[in-house]
Amino acid sequence: MTEETEEIEDKEEIEISEESDKESKIAIQTIDLSVYFDERKGIENINMKVRKNRVTAIIGPSGCGKSTFLRSLNLMHDMTPKARVFGEIFIHGENITNYNSVDMRKKVGMVFQKPNPFPTMSVYDNVIAGLKLNGMTKKSILDEIVEKNLKHSGLWEEVKDRLKSPAVSLSGGQQQRLCIARTISVNPEIILMDEPTSALDPISTSKIEELIFNLKSDYTIVIVTHNMQQAARVSDQTAFFYLGNLIEFSKTRRMFTNPKEKLTEEYVTGKFG
Amino acid sequence: MEESRIEIKSKKKLGDILFENLTLIFALMIVGLVVFISIEMYIDSAESRERFGLGFIFSSNWDPVKEEFGALPFIFGTIVSSLLALLISLPVSIGAAVFLSEIVHKSVRTPISFLIEILAAIPSIIYGFWGIFVFAPFMRNTVQPILQSTLGFLPFFKGTMYGTGLLTAGIILAIMITPIISAITRDVLKAIPVSQREAAYALGATKWEAIKMALLNARSGILGGAVLGLGRAIGETMAVTMVIGNKAQIMASLFEPAYSMASVIANEFAEASGSLHVSSLIEVGFILFGVTFIINSLARLLIYSVTRKA
Amino acid sequence: MTAESVLKSPKNLKRRKIMNSVMISLCIAAGFITIVPLIYIFFYTTQSGISSLNLDFFTQLPKPVGEEGGGMANAIVGSLILITIGGIIGIPVGVLSGIYISEYSKNVLSTIVKFITDILSGVPSIIIGIFAYGVIVIPMQRFSALAGGFALGILMIPTVAKITEEMLRLVPQSLREASLALGVSRWKTTLRVVLTTASSGIVTGILLAIARAAGETAPLLFTSFGNVYWQTNIDEPMAALPLQIFTYAISPFDDWHRQAWAGAFVLIFLVFIVNLLVRFVTRNKFSGNL
Repeated sequence: MTEETEEIEDKEEIEISEESDKESKIAIQTIDLSVYFDERKGIENINMKVRKNRVTAIIGPSGCGKSTFLRSLNLMHDMTPKARVFGEIFIHGENITNYNSVDMRKKVGMVFQKPNPFPTMSVYDNVIAGLKLNGMTKKSILDEIVEKNLKHSGLWEEVKDRLKSPAVSLSGGQQQRLCIARTISVNPEIILMDEPTSALDPISTSKIEELIFNLKSDYTIVIVTHNMQQAARVSDQTAFFYLGNLIEFSKTRRMFTNPKEKLTEEYVTGKFG
Repeated sequence: MEESRIEIKSKKKLGDILFENLTLIFALMIVGLVVFISIEMYIDSAESRERFGLGFIFSSNWDPVKEEFGALPFIFGTIVSSLLALLISLPVSIGAAVFLSEIVHKSVRTPISFLIEILAAIPSIIYGFWGIFVFAPFMRNTVQPILQSTLGFLPFFKGTMYGTGLLTAGIILAIMITPIISAITRDVLKAIPVSQREAAYALGATKWEAIKMALLNARSGILGGAVLGLGRAIGETMAVTMVIGNKAQIMASLFEPAYSMASVIANEFAEASGSLHVSSLIEVGFILFGVTFIINSLARLLIYSVTRKA
Repeated sequence: MTAESVLKSPKNLKRRKIMNSVMISLCIAAGFITIVPLIYIFFYTTQSGISSLNLDFFTQLPKPVGEEGGGMANAIVGSLILITIGGIIGIPVGVLSGIYISEYSKNVLSTIVKFITDILSGVPSIIIGIFAYGVIVIPMQRFSALAGGFALGILMIPTVAKITEEMLRLVPQSLREASLALGVSRWKTTLRVVLTTASSGIVTGILLAIARAAGETAPLLFTSFGNVYWQTNIDEPMAALPLQIFTYAISPFDDWHRQAWAGAFVLIFLVFIVNLLVRFVTRNKFSGNL
């Protein structure tokens, strides 16, 4: 890509943030989003627009609030008794408080740091857990969904003969791809990934990264990672968090080659973190 | 945090609200139950309380025929047998806990603690049964003669040797509460960081000195375990009923038969004649309930204070 | 004198080493003192029990005073009925309040409930008997299995609540989050993911509570009362195994003592099996990939 085209894309980016008729290209928008744990600050005044069908990476040193930010996007802080969330979140232009959390989470799926398949369920049941727990029982449909989503997550060939065996019998990397299959089987529009490869070996990691690349055309993906190379490899846009603040948010390439902020430069060049 | 900010709170679905409140209702039932038990016993003991007042606690006259009721012998029997049990059990429990958690190898520890767990779950009726048929004769024929011939100058070991009596009850109770106290001592010791003991070793401390330090640090938790064991001993019914001798008297000798609060209820309640008799028994129960309530609260607070920190 | 100089002084060293050996030996002795009587009771009961156990014990009614033979069939059936009533009362209350304590534990109220549950588990069982007497026997104007079962149910509550709470806490938070993230509501998550994952632990916990209730004697003395005849009507007095053991144990007849040992063995066997099961399940359950 020449510098010229890049500049054009940059312009487009600015336009999106300013023109309201392009709002449809925005998947998530946060306005002054802050999270506190008791009186301790988690993140503060985050204003960010996540674009549709793009992979947005969130990087920063540990404790910078990147997971806190991600977990506020599907209101997962409900599970943390001391957490309080302030500000506004829009999902596809709709204020998040207009949804009830159950319906919202069907739209905004999440993949976690450690693979967490349901240990009492088989591979098959894990894939359709979200549907089954919500009352869908028609076997022909479920069979189809299982096959489709396992194929989509690149796991089908490896597990098609052991669909009935317990999910925990799979390897760590397979479990994580199973969790991704489980997430996409409820048809979300956005997938949040919280350091999805940090517990995995390099080969499994590259399989997941490949999968993320393939999912991009159908889903908006927000991925938290502590691995800058990973952010550079998989994402279109990158946000850099530091001490609970959003320092810089721009195109990934720009972030790693020509960051605006000094702090970002120091971080991506490995001076701290 | 400014007041003007909007807090994002997720909307709860109706099902969630209903389910949380359903579990809440059942949880509150437990609290309500304890309150209800106290109220019920308070009301049902009214007749006795009005008739005897505070004198109920200080009178040692228990005569259902004359309708004279005083609970002192039962209070005495309960206190002496339980304290005796605690006195015997506490050092043994602490020693056993140290043995299991600090000395013995892991491969032996698991089966032994499992065994103690099972034995702690044996119904008290079986302890009582074993007590009258095996242990009381052993006390009468072996332990009590030895005690009398060596320590017989003390008032505690004088008198006829029946086998049953305060001492026997105390020892049976000690056997029953030792698993409880030692289990809690082990839990509390586990909550003391290993680094402390390592630091002691690094300074050249002997094994016992390191253990002693851990025990001192865990002392409030161990005390909690001891108090909990005391609470169990005070409320224990069947085993005591079967070996204490069931005689409402206050004697200095531990060989003498005695009576406990729980035992008198167990023995007389079903056949109690007049309403005053029933009411008096319920008042005994009310005192027992109050005492165990206070003792258990104390024990739990002591145990929480140690295990919470860990 | 600093601590270090005490430790290093050679004069003290010998004394400290002797002290060390003495105290360690005493602890080992304490270990044996704890275990030996318990094992003795266990084996004595097993030995006397097995040798007295026969088919009649399980199939016959008690014989009148002075006659040899007979069994405890009615008491065994009675105990089963009493435990069933107790379970119907105790299990739902225990499980649901355990869920409350574990899953909604962000407020002061759940701490209070937990505390009171611990207190309730320390209330002497005979007190629960008096309570059941006041609440059921007096209004019904007769002893009944219902009153006995009610008392056993209350006694089961703290055990079940505590084990439920502990087992639910062992379920990793990540599974709750996984389920919620799929758009499953909180209560469905609790029932169908959390409770299901912990179910074998909870079931064994319930069995533990049942085994304990099966051996309870004191609260039945003036509620279920006992009965020497067949009785399956729950608003009538009913026999129970521990009650029968008590009556026979304090009787002057050798044959009754023999039967009481058989009964005691049945109770101990129950306790043993259930504990074995608990140990087995809780060890395997959560050592896996959670």
